[in-house]
Amino acid sequence: MEKSLELINQKIRDGNATVVTADRMPTLVDEIGEDRALNEVDVVTTGTFGAMCSSGAFLNFGHADPPIRMERVWLNEVEAYGGIAAVDTYIGATQQSTTLGEQYGGAHVMEDLVSGNMIELHGTSRGTDCYPRRTITTELVIDDLNQAIMVNPRNAYQRYNAATNSTDRTLYTYMGTLLPSYGNITFSGAGALSPLSNDPGFRTIGSGVPIFLCGSTGMIIGEGTQHSPAGGFGTLMVTGDMKEMHPEFLRAATMHQYGVTLYVGVGVAIPILDKELVRSTAIRDEDIVVDILDYGVPSRNRPSLRKITYAELKSGKVELNSEEVRISSLSSNRKAHDVACTLQDWIKKGKFQLALPTKRISTTKISRPMRETARVPRVRDIMNTNVVSISEDESIKTAARKLLRGDTNHLPVLDREGTVVGIVTTYDVSKAVVKEEKNQKVKDVMTIKVIKTVPDEHVDVAAQKLERYNISALPVVDERNHMVGMLTAIDLGKLFGKRWQK
Amino acid sequence: MKLLLTFSKKKGREPVIAQVVKQTGVLISVERAHIDSVSGEVLIDVPDTDAREVCDLMQAKGVTVRILEHGVSLNEEECIDCGACVSVCPKEVFYMDEEYRLHLRDERCVLCGKCITACPHHALSQTL
Ligand code: SF4
Ligand code: SF4
Repeated sequence: MEKSLELINQKIRDGNATVVTADRMPTLVDEIGEDRALNEVDVVTTGTFGAMCSSGAFLNFGHADPPIRMERVWLNEVEAYGGIAAVDTYIGATQQSTTLGEQYGGAHVMEDLVSGNMIELHGTSRGTDCYPRRTITTELVIDDLNQAIMVNPRNAYQRYNAATNSTDRTLYTYMGTLLPSYGNITFSGAGALSPLSNDPGFRTIGSGVPIFLCGSTGMIIGEGTQHSPAGGFGTLMVTGDMKEMHPEFLRAATMHQYGVTLYVGVGVAIPILDKELVRSTAIRDEDIVVDILDYGVPSRNRPSLRKITYAELKSGKVELNSEEVRISSLSSNRKAHDVACTLQDWIKKGKFQLALPTKRISTTKISRPMRETARVPRVRDIMNTNVVSISEDESIKTAARKLLRGDTNHLPVLDREGTVVGIVTTYDVSKAVVKEEKNQKVKDVMTIKVIKTVPDEHVDVAAQKLERYNISALPVVDERNHMVGMLTAIDLGKLFGKRWQK
Repeated sequence: MKLLLTFSKKKGREPVIAQVVKQTGVLISVERAHIDSVSGEVLIDVPDTDAREVCDLMQAKGVTVRILEHGVSLNEEECIDCGACVSVCPKEVFYMDEEYRLHLRDERCVLCGKCITACPHHALSQTL
């Protein structure tokens, strides 16, 4: 048996459609079976509420008098794109305030607009014959705008990999605060309640389909940027009228030391047309598997530590390297549920009609990495291989002599096998000399906790280490921790210019 | 009860906490300590019934004592129940109920501040 969309929409108009939220579907199908579920359920509503950085809005302010063709635009001191006609702009969610930094950004401007708060528009122009005005500053609320149309290039990710941190320092990422030494795990996404999890074949999710977007009736434009459904990471590009949105379902946020982002509520209603859709909407958190990635590795290809399901993620803890690690979510499960319930309510009340895609979204695409035409320099390309080193038991005097003769400020300390066991600097040696203690050896003054790099590391990453630890040289070691060279701020300076010469 | 002790540079060198433990016999647990070259701040937990005695003696020894009545506080208007705070807290102050709503056991809080920076929605703060 199959059902037509017309029939479902008729039932919605008549106020007798059966609508269930996606999290109810698995138990329902268990209880009554697929056939009866197809017969009885007309619509399954889904929802997600999480950080979606790739969001923004087109705004039109109407013409000023005398008119201006704004080339640069700021809203509450957050710069918006000025390359589209006279009084149009696109405000991106992650753009930060010129004065408040990560405490206020494009996402906050959007939340302020939707909340009915006043915002300040400032624009500049070089002035033309038809648009003579050069600056404008005015205060506006959303009702003063002709249009405030949200267009989010990449929303509603099907799923997200979870994050943890192997390093010995806290990382602040777009996946939140990651404590040192696998101190916690974070994840995002609503799992089985997520729109794309419920129709991975994109049969009912496609261009032109009406959706719940931040409290308004929005629409799917088509596939989102970086759409990668072949690997289970589909995305959607969506749009909606901000004048109809509600701050309950759109919240600006700041990920500490990462930046501004926007929490967006998205929900899709899936018509239950056939058994395949009964099955796909009966997905459980247990069925959705992702990787736990190590964000301590600063590379696009972060290693996976293990697989994990959304059911485990939502349980709050998991075993990793035979230790229990606590997990927390970044997106809101409660709000995701609110989205699905609100959409359910709209449909039950006949306020929301369904439509099938006017254009299907690809189910086979794989998002490609960036093609880079310039080779990114690695540590091996600029490191110094002619390194003067010292051993632990040598005297301070020998160290001083070597430092002078080697014309360097750092001596890596090696054991007999050539393993790096410490580092001594000109400063350590001078301090030892001032102390005047007898028979001081290198091992008494050296730093044991050595920050190191490897030949394959990207130069940018090594440079970050120097900056973070406020040091000026890094021993370069191979996989066995044997010394193969030194990288100094001076080497980096040659590459990057003065910035690295400490 | 939680007491926040502030030591001046000089007092920081004397084993004040140990002295108080010895003199009063009250078991003091140190929850958090931050000591730098200028001053020190130590958060201790003592049984409610002994708090007065400990407080008085600390003050007599020149330590500034503040009673911390509340842990970190939550602004429910701003909180969206994301849970980003849950796993960063060393004291397991936060937990989610069945409906994924956030709850606090603020009596456990040692005001380390980790959750305050981790919250993307500025919903947590320290009331002093
Ligand atoms: S301040 Fe520290 S101890 Fe208190 S709730 Fe936050 S993370 Fe937990
Ligand atoms: S991180 Fe902030 S917004 Fe999220 S649950 Fe905790 S207090 Fe609420």
